[in-house]
Amino acid sequence: MNLTLKVWRQKDNKAKGALVDYKIAGISPDMSFLEMFDVLNEDLINKGDEPVVFDHDCREGICGMCSMFINGRPHGPKDLVTTCQLHMRSFKDGDTIVVEPWRAAAFPVVKDLTVDRSAFDRVIAAGGFISVNTGNAQDANNLPIPKLNADAAFEAAACIGCGACVATCKNASAMLFVSAKISQLALLPQGQPERYRRVQSMVAQMDAEGFGNCTNTGACEAECPKGISLENIARMNRDYASAKFVSEETM
Amino acid sequence: MSGFGNAFSSSIGKKFIMGITGLFLILFLIVHCGINALIFFNDGGLTFNVGAHFMASNWLIRAGEIVLFIGLLAHIFQALRLTLQNRKARPISYTVTDGNANSKWYSRSMGLLGTLLLIFLVVHLKDFWVVSRFTGIPSTDAQGHEDLYAVMREKFQDPVRVGIYLLGIISLCYHLLHGFASAFQTLGWNHSKYNGIIKGAGIWYSIIISILFAAMPIAFHFGLIQ
Repeated sequence: MNLTLKVWRQKDNKAKGALVDYKIAGISPDMSFLEMFDVLNEDLINKGDEPVVFDHDCREGICGMCSMFINGRPHGPKDLVTTCQLHMRSFKDGDTIVVEPWRAAAFPVVKDLTVDRSAFDRVIAAGGFISVNTGNAQDANNLPIPKLNADAAFEAAACIGCGACVATCKNASAMLFVSAKISQLALLPQGQPERYRRVQSMVAQMDAEGFGNCTNTGACEAECPKGISLENIARMNRDYASAKFVSEETM
Repeated sequence: MSGFGNAFSSSIGKKFIMGITGLFLILFLIVHCGINALIFFNDGGLTFNVGAHFMASNWLIRAGEIVLFIGLLAHIFQALRLTLQNRKARPISYTVTDGNANSKWYSRSMGLLGTLLLIFLVVHLKDFWVVSRFTGIPSTDAQGHEDLYAVMREKFQDPVRVGIYLLGIISLCYHLLHGFASAFQTLGWNHSKYNGIIKGAGIWYSIIISILFAAMPIAFHFGLIQ
């Protein structure tokens, strides 16, 4: 396959970036999108140019490191896949592919296609945990959990924190991510004691990081590589209302 | 109030205000549309004028009118604040975005639709609300009620005005198509047993309200009701 890439190049956080055109030839349709970038970078290095910096780690769709806004969509044109699991057979020979970094005030560009997503870490650190040790695995029937809750918690916990929800949201809102991290604990018994403190402190940190506000377009749910559902955002809103108007605990 | 902290100033709190005022305005539209639909009795406005007289003279309705304006202003003011914040959350925009791949255009255009609605609302309030509350309705009908019906009939002879009203109603329809279900989601009312009902009710509500409203200027303009 022969392709034209338009890749966002930006020297550092302060520099002004721009899209740079690269012609690339001999790409196998079986390559992943990141392997195609490896080929591009090898070419650039051989020519003595700076390679394109991009985030990646496991390359099997579970770590949440890879990003890339490809032709106007996070993780490219396929549903429920990360960029590392996107293959070149999803494109046509001769295509022009525009690749940009996640764009959000809370995700500053570090270099080229790499952005700083530590805002997510700070949201988690604000309350996305339970404060006691859970100890060893208990006897299976010690702590009965309804199947419905167990499944919903598990689905919320599938969030890999890649930031596609923020990237695709027209408001750069992080509510899908934050609500998934709140829900995975709010649905389980171990998460109950801190449930209403957690939602308040995590939402406060989310606001402080400068993410936008959800307008329920549903773009995040449609683009999420793990299929995290909008019902998590509703649960977060519900818990937030309970925390502010029902719970007697004040923060 | 200290116990409530930033209940309404946080991101979710601001959304609550949008959702609550939005549902309130949705309820208002049912009343507005219901009273106006009395014109379709086609009795020269006798029934409609009774309804209009009640709405203008009942003190509870007049007090409700003040609450309505507060709700409307809160909805507009909060939308402006949220939009400005959302703009700031993405200072550098994408070169290429494919929004239609993951969401409906009208769900992404609530600000634009709302602005069109606001412009329409200025024209609309000047046409009827200012006349009935301040400058006065010129004539009375056979039963001695102020003849707001005649004002409607006269205003909608102007094709430009009919066009403006139809554009306003189309904006309203799309604004409601997203807004109805969105308000429920914002207030946390997402439930697998009711989601279908809420979505369906939202679509039916938006379409029925819009068709009824659109039928009014059209019916007057083409003389379908006298």
